[in-house]
Amino acid sequence: MEAVLSELENNVSSESSIILKMKAVSKSFSGVSILKNVNFELHKGEVHALMGENGAGKSTLMKIMAGVHRPDQGTITYRNQLISWKNPMEARERGISVIHQELNLSPNLTIGENILMGTKFPKNKLGMVRWKEVHETAHKILQSIGSELNPRTYVSTLSVAQQQMVEIARALSVKAEVLVMDEPTASLTDKEIDKLFTIIKELKQKGVAIVYISHRMEEIFKISDRCTILRDGEWIASCPIAETNPEHLVKTMVGRELNDLFQKPPSHTSWIKDKVPVLEIKGLSDNTNVKDISLQVHSGEIVGISGLVGAGRTELVRAIFGLSEISKGEILMNGQIVSISSPVDAMRLGIAHVPESRKEQGLFLNMSVKENILMAEMHKYRRATILDWSQINEEAKTYIRELGIKVASEEQKVVSLSGGNQQKVLLARWLSIQPKVLLLDEPTRGVDIGAKTEIHKIIYKLAKNGLAVLMISSELPEVLAMSDRILVMHEGRIRANLLREDATQEKIMYYATGEIK
Amino acid sequence: MSMGSEALTKKKRSFSMVMKNIWNQLGMVIVLVGMCIVLAFVAPNFSETVNLLNILKQVSIIAILAAGMTLVILTGGIDLSVGATLALSGVISVMLSERGVNPFVAMFAGVVIGYLAGALNGYFTAKTKLPSFIVTLGSMTYVRGIAYVISGGYPIVLASDTFKFFGSGRILSIPTPIYIMFIVYAIIFVMLKYTMFGRHIFAIGGNEEAARLTGIKVERTLIHVYAISGLLSGLAGVVLAGRLFSGQPNAGLGIELDAIAAVILGGTSFTGGIGKIQMTIIGVLIMGVIGNGLTLLDVSYYWQLVVKGAVIIIAVLLDRLRSNM
Repeated sequence: MEAVLSELENNVSSESSIILKMKAVSKSFSGVSILKNVNFELHKGEVHALMGENGAGKSTLMKIMAGVHRPDQGTITYRNQLISWKNPMEARERGISVIHQELNLSPNLTIGENILMGTKFPKNKLGMVRWKEVHETAHKILQSIGSELNPRTYVSTLSVAQQQMVEIARALSVKAEVLVMDEPTASLTDKEIDKLFTIIKELKQKGVAIVYISHRMEEIFKISDRCTILRDGEWIASCPIAETNPEHLVKTMVGRELNDLFQKPPSHTSWIKDKVPVLEIKGLSDNTNVKDISLQVHSGEIVGISGLVGAGRTELVRAIFGLSEISKGEILMNGQIVSISSPVDAMRLGIAHVPESRKEQGLFLNMSVKENILMAEMHKYRRATILDWSQINEEAKTYIRELGIKVASEEQKVVSLSGGNQQKVLLARWLSIQPKVLLLDEPTRGVDIGAKTEIHKIIYKLAKNGLAVLMISSELPEVLAMSDRILVMHEGRIRANLLREDATQEKIMYYATGEIK
Repeated sequence: MSMGSEALTKKKRSFSMVMKNIWNQLGMVIVLVGMCIVLAFVAPNFSETVNLLNILKQVSIIAILAAGMTLVILTGGIDLSVGATLALSGVISVMLSERGVNPFVAMFAGVVIGYLAGALNGYFTAKTKLPSFIVTLGSMTYVRGIAYVISGGYPIVLASDTFKFFGSGRILSIPTPIYIMFIVYAIIFVMLKYTMFGRHIFAIGGNEEAARLTGIKVERTLIHVYAISGLLSGLAGVVLAGRLFSGQPNAGLGIELDAIAAVILGGTSFTGGIGKIQMTIIGVLIMGVIGNGLTLLDVSYYWQLVVKGAVIIIAVLLDRLRSNM
């Protein structure tokens, strides 16, 4: 009896602590249904993890919550009031702040201006802005989240992580009751992530409800109280985080069995010693952040490069691909010194490079899948300068089949594909040049777990067929699962060369943070 | 009951979907055809063959310029110098012809001058990374200046009948410029769709960084694109000189803006990467039909400008509906 009573009481209290409730929300864009009858409840002072594969509808749900989109159906109750936002500004003024995945700062304004953007600037009698006050206010907000940034600095001079802090400060400049964080840690280092978590805990204590969107399980279990899982635009489950575990969560998200990450079978690296490496770098430096790098990649080998953001990994790969000037050192292919001063040179030598951000650096979003796949090799399909489209179609279909790219047809525009399929299109493009060396920069960033596994299998198969793979990844489990050897970079230098069997997450982190030199 | 209403909404939706599809596919073609139908009823003589050929002849110069402009805008750039290039090539070709040079050689020289002027634009745009707006704003001024310097500021009268034929002659009772216009569009159509160069234009306009990382020779492609725009301006200059019987240093003042408007009416994205050459000619024709129809209706030129400007904005707004629908 008592138990029943207390349960009733709990229910009542939980009902009253609900700050925001979305009920049976549906939304479709140009006839495609994105959200179907989704329910979402947010309590005061909780961290609520919103989970789901890419395209599950997380961002759309949050955009509806923040007044960017209107729901086709369903209701939003905020602070016990039925509401319908006119615009995002209104939602923000009423206390719903969003930190978007892409940073939305104005680079040519100061930190202070960015933080207070969208609020009323303090003005003097003549209607002129009192800058001193603006920057003091901004400074206070920055301090409250433990940041020492000078509010008079221009945003253009900041690192991505620092910009992220400014973005958080901006979200907090209005009194937020609900704070949405969309992949806030994507570009942060571990130290910064720790700082962010401290901030989140403080906000929680102040009663702010936080929606936390992330692909990183570890973080989810570290800071969230409850979670809601979406799949293909449908609400699947909500539960306290304590009642679940990563495996179960992943299973619910993808709706099928999944044995963690794909583990590349170990290869016997002993034979490699007597062989000439396909790619060898000797004492390579560039004018930025690459210092005296030497490495070897053999045929059939996957070499992982680990390190924190800003360690010079991307710069190293770009230098190899002829995208930045080499100030010192040499590059050897099969033991021969080669000179690479442009991507064209690199490609001619059989080097392929899948860049870090597929949308900005890789894809032609408004072009078809087939053209995206064969763009680098179009010269092969010419008959007296006229392109042979039927041959291009055939070739594209082969790649679509082999890599398991999910498309309606090879004519489909790449913009409408999911992140995983886009990444596969990009991978297909680089395989089309029949490379000997494959440089991968974050090959599975922002890709859902199902597609991630498939991409890993593709990479493994390629290596097995003799390709030399150099793979940058910020995700330790990925590096550990996929690499034969792991190079750890710190401040532009290689700090460690670990064999797969000797490497652990802790060890890599030690070298990456520069604790061991 | 619910079955019935469901079927009804389904029917309704499929009808609106069909309409949307038609609009998505045809867009500005519908606008053009609609305008023509209305004008055929209200404007005297609009639908007569003579008048229709007249429209085509009138738009041929802008059409040729707009073809080159489409390529440039597809790469994400702009070419403000086409009008000035047209004038320079007209002046030089007429001048050569008057000095006794073979008219074909003279005309060819005019086209080559256009090509060179365009290539220079391309070179500066590609190599210095200056915005094409600035590069061609400069060349628009200096090319026009050269045209004035060479001609002394006066029109040069053209005597050669062979030369005139290309601007005002007829083949099978159809004016020559119309043939030239359609040949240009046919060539560019094939080039854009069936050559690597054409696809690279789309790739660069869609994502220049990605194009560079994919091993596309971005700079070289850009230089070619601006050179083609210049070449077509030169061609338009020669045709115009043949029509006006003279090379005029102030020919085509402000015509670059008409060409740009036509390209935009044709739905080519100003940020590059999206567009179709066959739609540019629709854009050109919309502008031509408005001018012609309003003239037939006795609307003053001043009001024609007001209408034209409004149509450009309304048409582009309508076009934008396509992607949002």
